[in-house]
Amino acid sequence: MKDSWGGNRGGLQELLPPLTIHEAAVEAARCLMCFDAPCTHACPTHIDIPKFIKKIATGNLRGSARAILESNLLGATCARVCPVQELCEGACVLGSEHKPISIGRLQRHAMDYVYGKGPDLFQPGKATGKRVAVIGAGPAGLSCSGELAKLGHSVTLYERRALGGGLSTYGIIVLREPVEIALAEVAMVQRLGVRLESGKDVGNEPSVSDLQANFDALFLSVGLGSTPQLGISGEEFIIDGLDYIERSKLDQSRLTVGNDVVVIGAGNTAIDCATIARRLGAERVTMVYRRSENEMTAYPHEYDFVKREGVGFWFLAQPVKVHAENGAVKALECVRVQLGAADSSGRPFPQAIPGSAVMIPADQIVKAIGQHRPSLASQLSLATEKGFIRVNADFETSVTGIFAGGDCIRARGAASTVMAVQDGKLAARAIHKRLVNHG
Amino acid sequence: MADLSINFAGIRSPNPFWLASAPPTNSGAQVHRAFEAGWGGAVWKTIGAPVLNVSNRYGAWHFGNQKMLAINNVELISDRPFDVNLREIADVKRAWSDRAVIVSAMVESRPEAWHDVIRRIQDTGADGIELNYGCPHGMSERGMGSAVGQVPEYCEQITGWVMEVAKIPVIVKLTPNISDIVMPARAAVAAKANAISLINTVNSIIGVDLETLEITPNIGGRGGHGGYAGPAVKPIALNMLAALGRDSIVHGSGLPISGMGGISTWRDAAEFLLLGASSLQVCTAVMHYGFRIIEDLCDGLSNWMDEKGFATIADVAGRSLHRVSDFKDFDLAFKAIARIDQQKCIRCDLCYVACNDTAHQCIDLIDKNGCVVPPGAYDVCSNGKADAVGMRPRVVVREEDCVGCRLCFNVCPVEDCIAMLELPPDRPSVTWDELSTKQREVTEDWNKMMQYREKMGIHIH
Repeated sequence: MKDSWGGNRGGLQELLPPLTIHEAAVEAARCLMCFDAPCTHACPTHIDIPKFIKKIATGNLRGSARAILESNLLGATCARVCPVQELCEGACVLGSEHKPISIGRLQRHAMDYVYGKGPDLFQPGKATGKRVAVIGAGPAGLSCSGELAKLGHSVTLYERRALGGGLSTYGIIVLREPVEIALAEVAMVQRLGVRLESGKDVGNEPSVSDLQANFDALFLSVGLGSTPQLGISGEEFIIDGLDYIERSKLDQSRLTVGNDVVVIGAGNTAIDCATIARRLGAERVTMVYRRSENEMTAYPHEYDFVKREGVGFWFLAQPVKVHAENGAVKALECVRVQLGAADSSGRPFPQAIPGSAVMIPADQIVKAIGQHRPSLASQLSLATEKGFIRVNADFETSVTGIFAGGDCIRARGAASTVMAVQDGKLAARAIHKRLVNHG
Repeated sequence: MADLSINFAGIRSPNPFWLASAPPTNSGAQVHRAFEAGWGGAVWKTIGAPVLNVSNRYGAWHFGNQKMLAINNVELISDRPFDVNLREIADVKRAWSDRAVIVSAMVESRPEAWHDVIRRIQDTGADGIELNYGCPHGMSERGMGSAVGQVPEYCEQITGWVMEVAKIPVIVKLTPNISDIVMPARAAVAAKANAISLINTVNSIIGVDLETLEITPNIGGRGGHGGYAGPAVKPIALNMLAALGRDSIVHGSGLPISGMGGISTWRDAAEFLLLGASSLQVCTAVMHYGFRIIEDLCDGLSNWMDEKGFATIADVAGRSLHRVSDFKDFDLAFKAIARIDQQKCIRCDLCYVACNDTAHQCIDLIDKNGCVVPPGAYDVCSNGKADAVGMRPRVVVREEDCVGCRLCFNVCPVEDCIAMLELPPDRPSVTWDELSTKQREVTEDWNKMMQYREKMGIHIH
């Protein structure tokens, strides 16, 4: 589809170019090498950031990559998708008066070296004879599987879909992470000896009880479920946001982008959908959110980014009906709302203002309004918290021997890749401790 | 407006900045351009014996993001024909009567050879002659350059030959590649030279290429020591300059000193002046940035002199020399401690690790509740910028234990964040010299020393 000024806008290739060797050296030399550095504290996986940066400065890229991967096995993904403004770079001591060190891009520099021409930095540990089943090959599952394999456990990683990587493969816009990066990490984990069983829908085949019988421990990293229904008339015309992103990444031939696209929701996924629409040719993209700018869950830097992409906003507007003619979407009807008292999510509840209907013209409507809670929890009768799987400090669920991590346990705080990686790493250590001690 | 002009042993120039004898003064065209840019003088690249040069003759020492912290070279004296140099020197001098043109010379160690070269230089109309006793590579292997400068007797003998025929001021340039810089300087005084300049370059090997294992820079599979110059050598040069200023024979002779060795900015220049130089020579900074740097050298120096109330270069020259002292004359009762400005501190904790690992373990990490905490005292589940910044402890000097070593002050990346606070001394002023005269036993016996410390209330934890 053509832009009004011809051609598409930048396309979807990775937004930031890799640093050149010179850029990396200059940036690495700028790092003060803080002691007990705040960037390391801010990183959920606590990568020793000054250590890996100084190794870049000395030209020891292999050592740098190892320093990263020892704390975060999915360092290549995290280098690209981490909200660094909220984490390491946000805590950089140079941030207050200067420009913080570009930690994410330096990490990517070291990771690109390792995935480009470096050898595998880790080998499988000495076999313990213990078997662990990991369900879900997203970041938490890959992290847990890889760490367990490094400790010598036999790991089978079950994945419902055709490819491993979870949201890194299917749900993160190419602008931030190309598919190949996610798949390279899956392959790295497989080279550690992890058996990937893709296309396996655990719960049906194999059943959880089969797994419990055949494995010494289970780790659930099943992520979240499908996008909930809005419950409005004409909902069948609305495209699911995650599906929209997936097509943009893996099969653009199945992706049709409208000219006048409305995205419902104001989280980071909604922003990705809006970005895809703009970059692949939509004339006008409008995000519709039933609360205000203050409540939106997207990171501030993502919000800034999408505004610069030329995306418009309707705040305090609640969708009520999709208008379509002959199967073609014409408009999204919304009512204006005002914010009332806090609801169960702790955010002010939007109350419709009578007689305030607005029609937002649209030929395509995408929704990205969060995902259902994990369904496996109820199948297994696991204790939950707000619908998420409840775990203790060792990431063990209410059923002994079944551990869980990643988005499926994220009852508090923002779900993110790096948090999932940390869950997987810590859970692997807890599982190891359990299996070895109970040997 | 300060008067920057100088009269250095009879050589006049509108400002104290001369290009040092080096590649920047290799030809008339270059010196013309330098004078157009505002340089007060130029010491022509050494002329003399015939030579051939090699490629890859300059190496450099880079550190972090700073290029050319130092340069090293194996370039010899001028490889342009002697007569061409003399003709261009005469041309330049004719065109620039107000600028100082000094010619550096180096020939084999025979009186006739020196007599000849001095006479021919004088015929050009040059304002002065600099005797290159410093070049540490190549020429020294042929008995010239630092081979002369390193032996005070040679230095005196050859300078004597020069003075027999010299009608214009003669400056003796010293090599730093010697254990006591004062000795060749005294030789210059004894031979009745008109001035001294220092330092020439320092012997050095820049490095080894870790890919090829060749010496850097690689000269056809070989490499070797070359002359080291640039910002990295400045402290060495300042020390040698001060050593001459403190020597009664050299200082008493009244010979002016032309200072050089890493002068890059007007600030460096002012420091050389304060320690006794009255003309200044610059090379590496020009080789890095070009002749244009003369503008700020003059402008900055002039502004600083105005602010300080110095009217002339002579007002500045040697002004800080009397403060240069030996350890034995330092006041052992002088007391300073470090204090960290919490408003300015960015919490990099570099002072903490430096003090704790390598100095006197007197900086603490203090948390929000005022408790001393170890580094990394946060839960593994804590993350995000709010936690990392909000929970970060303050770095606080435990002042009663601080010995005032000044390491933290040096590593702190923030301007004016750590101050060395001078405290009134808590015991009578005494120097080591006085102590070893009046209470010799204290300086020779640890038991007596400990008794002395006890008595004086000196507690070193």
